[in-house]
Amino acid sequence: MTQIELRGVQKYFGAVQVIKDLNLKIDDNEFIVLLGQSGCGKTTTLRAIAGLETIDGGDVLIDGKPVQHLKAADRDIAMVFQSFSLYPHMSVYENIAFPLRATRKSKAEIDSEVRSVAKTLQISDLLARKPSALSGGDMQRVAIGRALVRRPKAMLMDEPIGALDAKLREEMRAEIKRLHIKQGSTTIYVTHDQIEAMSLADRIVIMHEGVLQQVGSPDEVYSRPANLFVAQFVGSPVMNVADVAVAEKASSASVTVGGAATGFEFPRALLSKLNGHASDKLALGIRPEGVIVRREAAEGFLPVEAQIVEPLGSFDIVDLKIGSKMLRARTRSGFVSGPGVKVFARIDPAQAHFFDTASGKSLGVRL
Amino acid sequence: MAAVTTSTERSLNKLAIVGVLIVTMIFLAPIYWIASTAFKPRNLATTIPPTVVFQPEISPFVKLFTKRSQLRTAPTPEQYAAAPWWERLVFDGGEKVVRSGRGEVQWSGYPNRFMNSLIVAITSTVLAVGMGTFTAYGFSRFKIKGEQDLLFFILSTRMLPPVVVAIPMFLMYRVVGLNDTHWGLIILYTAFNLSFSVWLMKGFMDEIPKEYEEAALVDGYTRMEAFFKIVLPEAATGIAATAVFCFITAWNEYAFALIMTNRRAQTAPPFIPSQVGSGLPDWTVIAAGTFLFLLPVAIFTFLLRNHLLRGMSFGAIRK
Repeated sequence: MTQIELRGVQKYFGAVQVIKDLNLKIDDNEFIVLLGQSGCGKTTTLRAIAGLETIDGGDVLIDGKPVQHLKAADRDIAMVFQSFSLYPHMSVYENIAFPLRATRKSKAEIDSEVRSVAKTLQISDLLARKPSALSGGDMQRVAIGRALVRRPKAMLMDEPIGALDAKLREEMRAEIKRLHIKQGSTTIYVTHDQIEAMSLADRIVIMHEGVLQQVGSPDEVYSRPANLFVAQFVGSPVMNVADVAVAEKASSASVTVGGAATGFEFPRALLSKLNGHASDKLALGIRPEGVIVRREAAEGFLPVEAQIVEPLGSFDIVDLKIGSKMLRARTRSGFVSGPGVKVFARIDPAQAHFFDTASGKSLGVRL
Repeated sequence: MAAVTTSTERSLNKLAIVGVLIVTMIFLAPIYWIASTAFKPRNLATTIPPTVVFQPEISPFVKLFTKRSQLRTAPTPEQYAAAPWWERLVFDGGEKVVRSGRGEVQWSGYPNRFMNSLIVAITSTVLAVGMGTFTAYGFSRFKIKGEQDLLFFILSTRMLPPVVVAIPMFLMYRVVGLNDTHWGLIILYTAFNLSFSVWLMKGFMDEIPKEYEEAALVDGYTRMEAFFKIVLPEAATGIAATAVFCFITAWNEYAFALIMTNRRAQTAPPFIPSQVGSGLPDWTVIAAGTFLFLLPVAIFTFLLRNHLLRGMSFGAIRK
């Protein structure tokens, strides 16, 4: 049972505040991913939990006890570094045994634990090797083994697969997930790769410029982004965001994008849900799959011109010009034959998000 | 590089090898001269042109280690027959070995000087490298107020040739009683080498990723344990390279040894040339002393050669 809690954590590097009043509660056995661009404070947060970085304000609690004054060694936490940080002068066996040697365990106990971890990670035949003789994937397995062997209260991982090539990354991602399910320890994982975050996390914590933006399940952050930053950071290709004007029509609402002649048709309920929000401070967010494209004209569909077609294998991303704006739509591959083709588009109101452009916050409108 | 070499490349390679051989011979010539003189009979040491082919003998080494005096009259056949083989070599050179009243062979000053050199050089190297390693670690890993100024200050101690301060140092040493003591020289040499050691070790420490220690800290070790278990083994190459340089400096130091010591703590460098002046110079003995004096540095460097090669190219190669 390990809960980790951050209460009002502040951290400065000189005059720069890298963590701003961070509050976060992590439950036992939870797999939390800290997601954000480089320099957003996610690694600093992780290092503050590990005890490698002091904090300038607030509390770090492990199982309800403040630990910010404890040394890293006394927090009973394991960490996997991006660079793996395997001790180059020690064999794989010695690397994995190293954390156990800091405890008062007997040689036989250490030996059996090292071998059992090696078996779990399928590196038993590598135990005699030096780290320099290992492949990237195996180095990563050893680094994880070194973290697991002590059965720590929590596992911290700082972009552990960031240094691997794409194919290996995918394999190791699955392996980390499998291990987490098997071992079930509280895990905090830092990455800038949203696909890693989405596939691994129980909950994703999105940070930007030291400020926590949103905490939620992968589905939540994808389908209900709290603000414009999260909306555009999560999801690939990124969400379309455009300033819009909303007008009342007879039986519906009209949402005009990029000053186009006609607006997209939305249910009338939009007006009441926007509750008179100033129209000049309104942005529409729509993911490419929420832009529906047809070849023939139909009711509610506006004529648009395809500008760029990016074939991505299983689907295409088509840039559609509407007014002065570009909307990216996801279509079946080959659906739009090429640039310059005239097609018709509609926005799926159920997938639309509305944001206040001044604060960037989502207005929480669901249709 | 292409596996196929053209004939031009091959001949260029040969040319390079010849060039390297020539340079090597130029560098080795003085060492060969000393080594060969150390094994020459006295009368061949100063011939013009130099004698290259000769029957090597070890009489210079026997003379080097014993106290001798000039023979007024040749030894009687009985004396000669009773003498051990090495003493006959001295008789052959027109000298005799000085013995005490009880007949014990008197040693020359050389073994003591040699031991002094070893004691002073090894101790000061251990101290300079040890303190340098700790200091460099501190500068490399912690934010220190005025770090750049302190490092510059440490470097600035090397901006004057040390011998500039020889006279004031001599006076100070006389007051505190460090003249002609081992500790006196050890302190001096440690002080010379420390700035060099700090700067060199800082370069090596900076190259060791700090994630290694952080991993050890998270793994349950204190910073001190992490330093000894992780940083020191990683810094072995740098320590070896620094130690070789410090040892060579301390081993070869002449000026201060000449001024600060005369008997008890005198090292080999001022002693060897002092032998030139006593009686007719025996160049073979001086060469034997110099030859033996070369050995410790050569052996030390040879033992650490792997570290040294890596140390020289440290940072140039992406690990």
